[in-house]
Amino acid sequence: MTQSIVVQVGQCGNQVGCRFWDLALREHAHVNKKGIYDEALSSFFRNVDTRRNDGEGSDIAGGKIRCLKARAVLIDMEEGVVNEILQGPLRDVFDSTQLITDVSGSGNNWAVGHKMYGSAYREQIVERLRKAAEHCDCLQCFFLIHSMGGGTGSGLGSCVLNLLEEEFPDVCRFVTAVYPSAEDDVITSPYNSVLAMQELTEHADCVLPVENQSLVDIVNKIKHMAHTGKPGSVIKKDSTVISGQGGVSKSEKPFDAMNNIVANLLLNLTSSARFEGSLNMDLNEITMNLVPFPRLHYLVSSLTPLYTLADVSIPTRRLDQMFTDAFSKDHQLIRADPKNSLYLACALMVRGNVQVSDLRRNIERLKPSLPFISWNQEGWKTGLCSVPPVGHSHSLLALANNTCVKPTFIDLKDRFMRLYKKKAHLHHYLHVEGMEQGCFTEALSSLSSLIEEYSQLDATKNLLVPDAPRMNIAT
Amino acid sequence: MSIVTVQLGQCGNQVGQELFDVISNDTHDAQRYKPSALGKAYHVCSQERFLHESITGELSARAVLIDMEPKVITQTMATAAKSGRWKYGDQSFFCQKQGSGNNWANGFCVHGPRHEEAVGELVRREVERCDRLAGILTLMSVAGGTGSGVGTYITQCLRDAYPHSFLLNQLTWPYGTGEVIVQNYNSVLTLSHLYQCSDAILVHENDTVHRICAQLMNIKHISFSDVNKVIAHQLGSVLQPAHTAHTHSQYSRNPMGELMAGLVCHPEYRLLSVCSVPQMPSSSLAYSTFTWPGLLKPLRQMLITSTKMEEGIDWQVRAPPVGQGAAQKLSGFNTSLANLLILRGKDVSSANACGFLDPALYCPWLPAGGAFSTWRSQLPFNRYEKSATLVSNSQSLLRPLDHMVGKAWNMFASRAYVHQYTKFGITEEDFLDSFTCLEQVISSYKHL
Ligand SMILES: Nc1nc2c(ncn2[C@@H]2O[C@H](COP(=O)(O)OP(=O)(O)OP(=O)(O)O)[C@@H](O)[C@H]2O)c(=O)[nH]1
Ligand SMILES: Nc1nc2c(ncn2[C@@H]2O[C@H](COP(=O)(O)OP(=O)(O)O)[C@@H](O)[C@H]2O)c(=O)[nH]1
Ligand SMILES: [Mg+2]
Ligand SMILES: [Mg+2]
Repeated sequence: MTQSIVVQVGQCGNQVGCRFWDLALREHAHVNKKGIYDEALSSFFRNVDTRRNDGEGSDIAGGKIRCLKARAVLIDMEEGVVNEILQGPLRDVFDSTQLITDVSGSGNNWAVGHKMYGSAYREQIVERLRKAAEHCDCLQCFFLIHSMGGGTGSGLGSCVLNLLEEEFPDVCRFVTAVYPSAEDDVITSPYNSVLAMQELTEHADCVLPVENQSLVDIVNKIKHMAHTGKPGSVIKKDSTVISGQGGVSKSEKPFDAMNNIVANLLLNLTSSARFEGSLNMDLNEITMNLVPFPRLHYLVSSLTPLYTLADVSIPTRRLDQMFTDAFSKDHQLIRADPKNSLYLACALMVRGNVQVSDLRRNIERLKPSLPFISWNQEGWKTGLCSVPPVGHSHSLLALANNTCVKPTFIDLKDRFMRLYKKKAHLHHYLHVEGMEQGCFTEALSSLSSLIEEYSQLDATKNLLVPDAPRMNIAT
Repeated sequence: MSIVTVQLGQCGNQVGQELFDVISNDTHDAQRYKPSALGKAYHVCSQERFLHESITGELSARAVLIDMEPKVITQTMATAAKSGRWKYGDQSFFCQKQGSGNNWANGFCVHGPRHEEAVGELVRREVERCDRLAGILTLMSVAGGTGSGVGTYITQCLRDAYPHSFLLNQLTWPYGTGEVIVQNYNSVLTLSHLYQCSDAILVHENDTVHRICAQLMNIKHISFSDVNKVIAHQLGSVLQPAHTAHTHSQYSRNPMGELMAGLVCHPEYRLLSVCSVPQMPSSSLAYSTFTWPGLLKPLRQMLITSTKMEEGIDWQVRAPPVGQGAAQKLSGFNTSLANLLILRGKDVSSANACGFLDPALYCPWLPAGGAFSTWRSQLPFNRYEKSATLVSNSQSLLRPLDHMVGKAWNMFASRAYVHQYTKFGITEEDFLDSFTCLEQVISSYKHL
């Protein structure tokens, strides 16, 4: 089996990452009752003999679980979040050799993160990445987690992305990027996001954008359901996508509910690579199936069900509801409406007690209401993993390469322009060594052309595109 | 005579496991057959064909398991061992850590060449264990990356290593409504390459088999295991021992050779489809009785209407009067090049297969008489008192093939996903060559 390394950068990246590790441990403990270090665990964790104290311990191939260490590199340019992790219940999962911190932060300034810290920490970051990679016998993927709005995650995070491409050109790069909501408290977030977008467009294999506003909406929806639960529709508390119940962290911090959603996204995305199933979907199949053109690699995700009702019987109708919900606006992790935009491709990653007939039935049922691009009318990728998430009997992660990401990008561009026209805060950026006005114009034109590429595809939506005339064969 | 099976990728391995399960159960049941001499002969012949006995008396499949990821092989071997009847050889598998990612080019250009030697060695060991080799059966899907890409590459290698052996490729075609987005590209690349090196290509369409599970087997929640059981039943009924025209009282010693000789008489036509009657839930079997005419009449109509399942048959379609040109043929009529009918069960000698001899069913330019053959066995197969399986080289795969090529061509016109293939060394010209090859095949079958 293959291994993956998580690189979490900045406050958001580290907070989300932390939730991921907690829920990943919970999931494996749930499946792996015997406490044996198995292949599934090895994808994200090392099993380490800590008695051999040469700094980071030595790997143990199989047998009993001794001490699990996350395959992770934690980077932040302030200490707060990482220190909290090191004092919290997850402290044993990380080693000091996996961390890089500084004290002063990036001041929500992409240039400080990308240019200043990027060059100051370059060697150290590469060294940590190489070390993590050495512990893997078949490294398949890097999962980079950071926000787009701040300075460290967006600036230094996108710098790490470039380093990964230079150092490990053959290892797949997934980025989970948290996009700021319109009322974000970081004033310069539009600058930071647009500057980071250019890097993501050019250097990532796949980006999973997540919008904070959508996370908030989902959290509120679940909390509302939990409070107004009518008899017969009582939510199983530990089953919601926002719950951390059963994990090692006992206290709940402000962003935790939101971040648990993102953690679940990553768990479901990687489940078929970790556990067995009758139709496996490995990580390298995601880009192969969902990225028809290299730059158009932004995938809109939705998770269903958001919760399971305490009532144990699962009639077929409820299973079908799970598929229906995956295409509705209020289950998407960015604010977007895939049904009223154009699909380039769509993956359904199913977990648990679901068979191929359930998949086929639902694809046939939903297909007529979903517009697909002319050359990919049957653009479905399916996976069946037999191990369901904790607290559920089944679940679905839908990944869509869909032109519905465009409004989010246009919105971001508008907010950028509002600042940029007034040259607001620009001097904070141009102070930083290596940062020039050209960086802004380049990033802006990169974003504009990305939007244009989606528009051109969108324009074919209601056209009747005839089949390409077939080759002529001399008979 | 023995057959060595090579199972590739998730699909190939999962199908293979069900195939050996059907065969080992059927072979086991044969021991209880009366008169026991017949049962014993069947048992011995089948076992020699598919299994070998270790010194400890355990039965192992004459099979090699290949995948680029470990999970499926681990599970397949464990499931087989759990049967208690048979297992896979402990050393008969080859796997790597990371799959081919649904990328034919990755399988064909990277994994295939890299592991050619190790895989070749495993196959050679299995071949050497056979007193005589009847041929090599390869099981794989066309939609993924390992079965299709590595499978194609390995078939080429086997052709070179065993130039005089028969190579039969069993292919699982994907659901038409989509399950791997690049499935049509992978299929086109696989089929066009296999057409140059395989002796015959036996196709199962997931859509068809799925419908059999739903409508004939009455399964509500259909799993891949259910689908694979149907494929295994059809394959098993073709490959288990039978008397052929050449072997009267003995079981055929050259099943693969006779299959090819009967069905693939022209290199331009190598696509075989298969259908069986009856197919029903095992719980209903005990309450059903069949007559040979009652089985063969619908089977013949299924053939001429290209219906792969005993339901929704169009009884209006009739064979045209002999001597009419292709242009006058009724639409909906499926012209055959060759057919092989395999009959198994009670009173098999009384079964009258004349209906399949009608020259009107066949394309006019082939010599009469050579186009149809029958194999028979008195033993019930897989617990069906009577059963009939038809392997057909006809126009019946034309429609799904044309659909597949058309979809791939549309996608290729926009060059979508092509960069994923060129990355591993497949050029746009390679695509074009594959399209040309298959358009030729389509045209040939169209003009039968
Ligand atoms: N009938 C049947 N089809 C299957 C089964 N497993 C997979 N498939 C089909 O096979 C195709 C996918 O190919 P796989 O066999 O999973 O791929 P692979 O050969 O392992 O190649 P990679 O995973 O891409 O390296 C799809 O069309 C699936 O429907 C199975 O057990 N039975
Ligand atoms: N979903 C989520 N968003 C966060 C979290 N922490 C910060 N953010 C968002 O991230 C952006 C600020 O970036 P931050 O990560 O704090 O800056 P950095 O530490 O410099 O990378 C804002 O859009 C915040 O709303 C978190 O834990 N979860
Ligand atoms: Mg901050
Ligand atoms: Mg596979």
